[in-house]
Amino acid sequence: MSDVVLDADSGTPLRETRAARGERLRLLLRSPTVLIGTLVLAFWVFCAIFPGVAPYNPIFDNQFPTSAPPEWGHPFGTDTNGRDIFSRVLAGSRSILVIAPAATLLATVLGTALGLLTGYFRGIVDDGVSRLVDAVLSLPLIVAAILIVTAVGSTDQWVVILTIGLVFAPVISRTIRAAVLAETELEYVEAARLRGERSLYIMFSEILPNVFPLVVVEFTVRLGYAIFTVATLTFIGFGVQPPSPDWAAQINQYWTLIDPYWWMTLFPALAIASLVIAANLVSDGVREVYER
Amino acid sequence: MTRFLIKRIGLALVTLVLLSLIVFGISTILPGNVGRAVLGPFATQESVDALNEQLGTNRPVVTQYVDWASGLLQGDLGTSLTKQVPTWDLLAPALENSFKLAFVAFLICVPFSILGGIVAGLRYGRFTDKTITITGISLAAMPEFVTGIVLILVFAIWLGWLPVTAQAEEGASALTQLEYLLLPALTLTLVLFGYIARITRAGVIEALESDYTRTAYLKGLPSSVVVRKHVLRNALPPTIAVVAVQVGYLVGGLVAVEVLFNYQGIGLLVYEAARQKDLPLLTAGVLVVGIVYLVFTLVADILYAALNPRIRLGATE
Repeated sequence: MSDVVLDADSGTPLRETRAARGERLRLLLRSPTVLIGTLVLAFWVFCAIFPGVAPYNPIFDNQFPTSAPPEWGHPFGTDTNGRDIFSRVLAGSRSILVIAPAATLLATVLGTALGLLTGYFRGIVDDGVSRLVDAVLSLPLIVAAILIVTAVGSTDQWVVILTIGLVFAPVISRTIRAAVLAETELEYVEAARLRGERSLYIMFSEILPNVFPLVVVEFTVRLGYAIFTVATLTFIGFGVQPPSPDWAAQINQYWTLIDPYWWMTLFPALAIASLVIAANLVSDGVREVYER
Repeated sequence: MTRFLIKRIGLALVTLVLLSLIVFGISTILPGNVGRAVLGPFATQESVDALNEQLGTNRPVVTQYVDWASGLLQGDLGTSLTKQVPTWDLLAPALENSFKLAFVAFLICVPFSILGGIVAGLRYGRFTDKTITITGISLAAMPEFVTGIVLILVFAIWLGWLPVTAQAEEGASALTQLEYLLLPALTLTLVLFGYIARITRAGVIEALESDYTRTAYLKGLPSSVVVRKHVLRNALPPTIAVVAVQVGYLVGGLVAVEVLFNYQGIGLLVYEAARQKDLPLLTAGVLVVGIVYLVFTLVADILYAALNPRIRLGATE
């Protein structure tokens, strides 16, 4: 964030320059952990976009002997419905890679708007909204999500996206608000006010570009949490439903059979682990580069 | 300090009222027709009306909220639909179980994470630090059920050292109970390790870079004394605050772990209420989770203030 403050000190609202962006990207890719994370993410995104990479159909029942342990032809074994688990793991990245980023995007947009409003107007708007945000945040995300999904009475993926978008927005708004508070102290905001610019213009055209790096960091950090929350929600049965090859849905379906059919649960679990770790390696790298 | 206390407690009460409004709003207004939401699309209109009558959900929303909230103030959290008993009779034992699990988890977790954080902070930027930090954030980001499944596979099924479920039989000795709690507690420990260690590490690094530490070194104190008396004493208060906040998280965030280990805590209760569409029980459960969290954040803030003279003496307030 230091460059933002420096620019603002000179009193002119400088946007991030192209050179700064290029420098950041170079820094990012120089870190081995970020590189590994990016490769793993790219692999799962590839599987999500091209479901054809799965050797067998991930959904049709009784293609193979049921409940066979891992062996050469089926490296991850088969499930009780006679499906190849390797194919289901490859095909299973799609649902979570649609739901989690969509929910995070929604949360980031909502949270940024809320953060700009409360940070800029302060006073009664800020006090009111901040107390509401505190109240929402006193519920663990997963508990709030369970309540909303049950009240709506549907586990459609749009319900899950909306729910997670809504419960994540307050956290993001709080971070953005703090940054906006600091920005409004600076001269360029005062100058814009004296010029007679409208509040909305100042918020979105003057302040937003200056806090944008933070918005990017928030998005990448929250993406990891969104994957976490979506997977947990699905695991306890409030998300994507079987026969979807979604990883957490597979675990939901088979974890009670973990002894002796461990392969039906272990491989989807490892897939989730790889995605979560990759997302965090990348977001940690992004945060380090942006916050130096 | 008194002013700080009054202000902080007042704030918590306001948040509590808003929380009750939010929980009530979601559970009562969002479904549109509560009776229909509970009974499903195929129930007859008469049974839906009867349930709405029984629950009082056919009355104006404001009346409902006032009734519900005044019930809360008298300790009446409503009646469970599926079990037909006061929800508190179900919530209290569940809460006790959850606290038991959280307590064991903390007993294991806190010393390890603080130690990990201190080591990482003192070795800032070196291999040890990177290993601890990356392991910590990876484990913290992992959904609890994934960590739990791996632990179950390794320790319960392949090695056969520990039981698969967390619920010891009725009247089991404390030691047996502990044995059953070990795996879920370990799962929570692994998740929390990253959070707590990260905060301790940040505190240690900040203290190491400060002027008072430089002065302490320059006046010739041995590094063990500098670390103990100057670095740790400044680095640990934020950790304590984080630990207290995590208790709140634990008690509510236990859902996945309790479902996975079939442990009769508040998380499992909330989950079952949601599955059975027992809205009164769900509402009460969620509210209790929120209150637990609020209480622990309040305690955390007060502890932090008490340990930090700058806040205690009102300099920054």
